[in-house]
Amino acid sequence: MRLLNNVAIFITLAVAYNLINGVCGQLHLGPNAFITLGAYTAALLTMTPAEKTLNFLVTPLYWPLSQATLPFPAALLAGGLVAVAFALLTGFPVFRVRGDYLAIVTLGFGEVVRVLANNLQGVTNGPLGLKGLYPYTNLWWSWGVAVAATAVVAALVNSSYGRALNAIREDETAAKAMGINTFRHLLGAYLLSAFFFGVGGGLLAHLITTISPSLFTFFLTFNLLIIIVVGGLGSTTGAILAAAGFTLAGEWLRIVEEPTAIFGFTIPGIPGMRMVILSLALLLVIIFCRRGLMGRREFSWAGLGRLLRGGLPGSVPGAGRP
Amino acid sequence: MDLLTFLQQLINGLSLGSLYALIAIGYTLVYGILRLINFAHGDLLMVAAYVAVMGVGLFSWPWPAAFGLAVGLTGLMGVLLERGAYRPLRRAPRISLLISAIAASFLLENLALVIYGGRAKPFPVPEMFTGAFVWGGLFVPRLSLIIPLVTGALLAGLFLIIYRTAVGRAMRAIASDLATVSLMGIDVNRIIAFTFLLGSLLAGAGGLLWAMKYPQVNPFMGILPGLKAFIAAVLGGIGNVTGAVLGGLLLGFLEVMIVAFFPAWAGYRDAVAFTLLIVLLLLRPTGLLGEALGEEKL
Repeated sequence: MRLLNNVAIFITLAVAYNLINGVCGQLHLGPNAFITLGAYTAALLTMTPAEKTLNFLVTPLYWPLSQATLPFPAALLAGGLVAVAFALLTGFPVFRVRGDYLAIVTLGFGEVVRVLANNLQGVTNGPLGLKGLYPYTNLWWSWGVAVAATAVVAALVNSSYGRALNAIREDETAAKAMGINTFRHLLGAYLLSAFFFGVGGGLLAHLITTISPSLFTFFLTFNLLIIIVVGGLGSTTGAILAAAGFTLAGEWLRIVEEPTAIFGFTIPGIPGMRMVILSLALLLVIIFCRRGLMGRREFSWAGLGRLLRGGLPGSVPGAGRP
Repeated sequence: MDLLTFLQQLINGLSLGSLYALIAIGYTLVYGILRLINFAHGDLLMVAAYVAVMGVGLFSWPWPAAFGLAVGLTGLMGVLLERGAYRPLRRAPRISLLISAIAASFLLENLALVIYGGRAKPFPVPEMFTGAFVWGGLFVPRLSLIIPLVTGALLAGLFLIIYRTAVGRAMRAIASDLATVSLMGIDVNRIIAFTFLLGSLLAGAGGLLWAMKYPQVNPFMGILPGLKAFIAAVLGGIGNVTGAVLGGLLLGFLEVMIVAFFPAWAGYRDAVAFTLLIVLLLLRPTGLLGEALGEEKL
């Protein structure tokens, strides 16, 4: 159950992340900032005033937040909107730069938000975090959001808007020359991804039920990065498959960290080995098969039909015939 | 704030700033040539610190031998990194190179985690570097004097290499036009490997000094100094060695002074550098000493 919820949340996050990194080709390293914002906003809004006084022992929560309680869907939406607001604020400096600078600035957001979450005790309860959230997240919510995110992103990518984003990825100068407002297009994609990061964060918070700033480090971003690279940068289908695979493999790889007996030999578990394997995998994928699992291909019913008839996916039907 | 406290903070800022400068040079050297942020550069600090811990603590070597070995191995590690993670991707899109750099950084951190465990180890600071002078109420740790001196000496050596030798000339040539240089019969790969060696040796020295200043060694100790040093390099104008030094010193002073003048903000200390970066990119993306770069280079 928990695993399936996790899969769905990671699909939401990975699909949104792929929109920026894969489709627009901008290396954004700050999803953890938006996820943190969404998680905290949603958590603070679903907690009852009584729970809040129980949590905020050191510094009491500021007034309007300490009384407000919203139903779960509204809180999720609020989480998404707060993330969007932050994205709107940061979008202007971010898209003035490209490439490595963009990567490091967005990485900075993650750090800044974490530092804020640690220090603004009156809002976030500091390093103690928030405990005892009601586990609202169930399969309906997590998969519903995952499906919605996928549908929205897929529709966007297939629209003229998505083609403009692809053009920006391939050659920004040429895209500009074709009359595409690159800033507005990138900002739009950035805002949309921020919204789903926020909602995903809210779902995550109500799945784990305990959140603290240390939960949302760069490590979370790194996991998402592995997912979309392995899935194939730019492929929504790849992001979904890799998100599911990654979450399940993460469980399966726990085996390496526990002592196991094979043919009578006991192999001691190596704690931390999981991350070594994962980072090595990312390195190898990016060096040797940069296109990832799916390349930039997408799943479609027509493609499936061709595959079943023995054609190659992606080939135009009839193109090879004389 | 009286004069004494101010001087005290000035000294603290100088030692922190020269450390940032030392690390920032490594970023700037590599960036100048490959236009790549070497994300794993910060982790080289950690590698140096662990080698020194092993040498001094485990094998009880005299510290100069252990420190020398630590710096040397860190240099080799940098070259290995270039061979393994960056060279295969030199013709690939930029985003792949960046991802590869991040993966390499995580690999180093987690390998260290597996080998040494997550618990922080105390760093054996040699006696020569401990202790402090007191000059009329001014408290000056010996290390705060040694760090700027070491940085200065290494810098002098680096400038000698860059501006007075054939290799240095080749490095500068590659920084301005890689394709043309390879047409002129210069082994570009060798020069790039040499650049990584230089940068990583400096990172090794920086790692040891950092570990003596904050004598706790853990697998993730390199991340924050690495990021801040990178910001220092951007602040000074990335690709420009003098700029990196200037940026490092400036960032060091700024961090120390903010904590000194507004003690209540001490918790936000780590956010200072990133806020500075965002403001900088808005106002002057090429940094203090950076030349105007075209869009292609940004």
